[in-house]
Amino acid sequence: MDGAVPLFRMEGISKRYGGVRALEKAELSVTPGSIHAILGENGAGKSTLIKVMAGVVAPDEGRMMLDGSEVTFASPAAANQAGIVCIFQELSLVPELSVADNIVISDPPKRFGMIDRKAQRRIAEEALARAGAADIHPLALVKDLPLSRRQMVEIAKALARKPRILILDEATSALTAADVAKIFGVLKRLRSEGLALLYISHRMNEIAELADQCTVFRNGRNVASYAAGTKSDNEVVELMIGREYSHIFPPKPARVPGAAVPVLEARKLSWTDRLDNISLSVGLGEVVGLGGLDGQGQRELLLAFFGVLRGLSGQILIDGKPVAIASPAKARGDRIGMALIPEDRKTEGLMLPMTVRENLSFAALDRLSRAGIIDRAAEQRLIDDMVGLLAIKTAGLDIPVGALSGGNQQKVVIAKWLMRQPRIILLNDPTRGIDVGTKQELYQLMRKLADQGAAILFYSTDYDELIGCCDRVLVLYDGAVKRELVGAEITERALIASALNIHGEAIPVGGMAKTPARGADA
Amino acid sequence: MKDWRYWLAEQRGTLLAFGIFIVMFAIYTSNHPAGFTANVVQTASNKGVLLAFVAMAQTLVVITAGIDLSVGMIFLLTNCLASWLVIGTGIETAFGVVAVLGTGLLCGAINGAIVIYGRLQPIVATIATGAVYFGIALLLRPFPGGSVNEDLADAMTGRLFGMVPASLVVLLAVVLVVWVPFSRSVLGRAAYAAGSSETAAYMSGVPIRPGKFAAYALAGLLAAIGGLFLTFFTYTGEAAYASGNAYTLFSIAAVVLGGVSLFGGKGSAIGAIFGALAFRTIGDLLFVFDFDPLWQPLFQGVILLIAVSLGAFALFRVRNRLEWFL
Repeated sequence: MDGAVPLFRMEGISKRYGGVRALEKAELSVTPGSIHAILGENGAGKSTLIKVMAGVVAPDEGRMMLDGSEVTFASPAAANQAGIVCIFQELSLVPELSVADNIVISDPPKRFGMIDRKAQRRIAEEALARAGAADIHPLALVKDLPLSRRQMVEIAKALARKPRILILDEATSALTAADVAKIFGVLKRLRSEGLALLYISHRMNEIAELADQCTVFRNGRNVASYAAGTKSDNEVVELMIGREYSHIFPPKPARVPGAAVPVLEARKLSWTDRLDNISLSVGLGEVVGLGGLDGQGQRELLLAFFGVLRGLSGQILIDGKPVAIASPAKARGDRIGMALIPEDRKTEGLMLPMTVRENLSFAALDRLSRAGIIDRAAEQRLIDDMVGLLAIKTAGLDIPVGALSGGNQQKVVIAKWLMRQPRIILLNDPTRGIDVGTKQELYQLMRKLADQGAAILFYSTDYDELIGCCDRVLVLYDGAVKRELVGAEITERALIASALNIHGEAIPVGGMAKTPARGADA
Repeated sequence: MKDWRYWLAEQRGTLLAFGIFIVMFAIYTSNHPAGFTANVVQTASNKGVLLAFVAMAQTLVVITAGIDLSVGMIFLLTNCLASWLVIGTGIETAFGVVAVLGTGLLCGAINGAIVIYGRLQPIVATIATGAVYFGIALLLRPFPGGSVNEDLADAMTGRLFGMVPASLVVLLAVVLVVWVPFSRSVLGRAAYAAGSSETAAYMSGVPIRPGKFAAYALAGLLAAIGGLFLTFFTYTGEAAYASGNAYTLFSIAAVVLGGVSLFGGKGSAIGAIFGALAFRTIGDLLFVFDFDPLWQPLFQGVILLIAVSLGAFALFRVRNRLEWFL
């Protein structure tokens, strides 16, 4: 990067929220025609940094230079005008509007003062094609699309704004492997067109594949900048968390295949066109993974067990006896003892404006109350246990749960269910968007619960997690179990091959191939 | 999926309201002693458009995920004002009409300013401003009275070519001049976006505040057009508190019947118009069956419940229970 003129520079940027220091004299410079990765744990200041860049947050001090002259952004619109476009981690799409409406939302094409729908449609189709998502219909409502498709719309929307600097904040966290490959192609093309890209991700393999330059943030400061590929994964992770990064996954117990006593079983489970004749069993003390590309029925399978789906055919057995689970309330009841950690903690897991205490005790209120009156002392004891067990970092139990970091919010969701001491735990991609440290704690916790006798069914979009955590992995494809991998068979290669429903070992993974599992060489 | 299926999905609420209206109106006219005549249609349309204008006004605000409990009072206030001003020579009458419409626009703009810039909850803000507007109406017309340019009034409530009710033509014109441009403008889209997800809209740099402000202000204007028509219809102004409140509540019923979501971001004023016409027809059904008018509120309520339940039928088809809450 020597000699290249920085397109954009941030100098001495500081930002405080109340007593919390989010950024402390942070520096960053962005060069055209390169992909710059920003790394750091959640809470390291990355989000605040890009919010400052994108005009969402005004810095307390410091200055920003664009093309060598100082700029300030009063709003996201002002930053967009200057050519800085951000794809936020929290989707910025309007659910009731169509895909095309959303893509042109910042600056719709106009004719006679009204929005020109034909031009809008054309722009939307172009942008979707450019993002490699031409399969999405421009007239579809955003709320009807699954998460991974919405993320593609988000990217198309950013491209339609003709950015000079494009910021991607965890933009791939909800994407399928095939979409990630497409997006990587798009990003590389944009780089060759001279755009400056800022890439924020928790996935080291993505950064290894994409980035030219990396900057690590810790505690609101940029602690290191280096050319990509000059540091090993472990060195980088140590910079990020400031401690030794080893044993990220707990050891798996040796077990005889098929020996575990089945707790949760499915026989020929089918539902609309999403689940196709699924049979499986999860044994006492087992962690069983659900793999495959995103959207192959994994989420629906978990919902089927949890009593959310109607019109299910086939059988669900608990402890070998057939049961009908008519609602989540039945599923969590004492006879079944099931818990589901949902995919979207903000809508399905938590009541964000309510307090940490209230959120923690929701699922267990029936056990903590007599004749409808909550036993406050018992509630407090149980909450204290959980906050201790999961090491939830919160300024107090009576602050809104929305004020916690993503990782701690997820811990609250999990704690809420552990308060019922469930025997069967279903996890739907629980580590999405949370930091390495918290992930590691969750892996340990999962194994500990299994050792204490829980049966765990764990869906993850991160192959490394499936490899590191699971005793067995069932790979779903188009709503059916395509392959079961046991013990040492669970490898990256096998997971990818079966996820794509390709038989045999020689597979052309191309851009989708991942670097070896992180932590494996620790 | 084909384009037309997306279009159909988008218009479902409007089409349902249209269907309910057609069915109700068919029952009404087929049992009316006079049958389906120009006279019957004219009377029905004159009564219907009053609520249709107020329901259109309500729609604009509901789209932004707000609610306007002052529309009925703006309707009364402009009625009372029109009974003073819309009179005299052609020029004077024209000035009066402009003043009345301007007053409605101003009332709506005040609502918008309080809600958007004062950051008050729409429900509280418009209860308060509604009381103020009613107070002014009462000062203008402590007792029913006043008059209106009868030539204009008769033209507006009469028939064109002896067939088409003039009030329907005006309603159509207002749709074309106010609603269509609004719904296709950047401001209109901002209003929808703000109603659907204000955070996402803000993050996308959408002009949320101007969009919501325009929605509230135009709501005031539409309510004033309704008020003007009330004057044409009755030849007088009257600050009738119960009537103002009824129009406010009926406008909400009409909006829901018309497929406009009270959560915001979804629906169209066309749907609300059919909702209003259907609601009015339901109310008049009793008269053609010669029942005691005492039964009207009860009957109207029951039919409304049934009609609104039609929209809930889709829930029986839901196979993923999480979709109940969307």
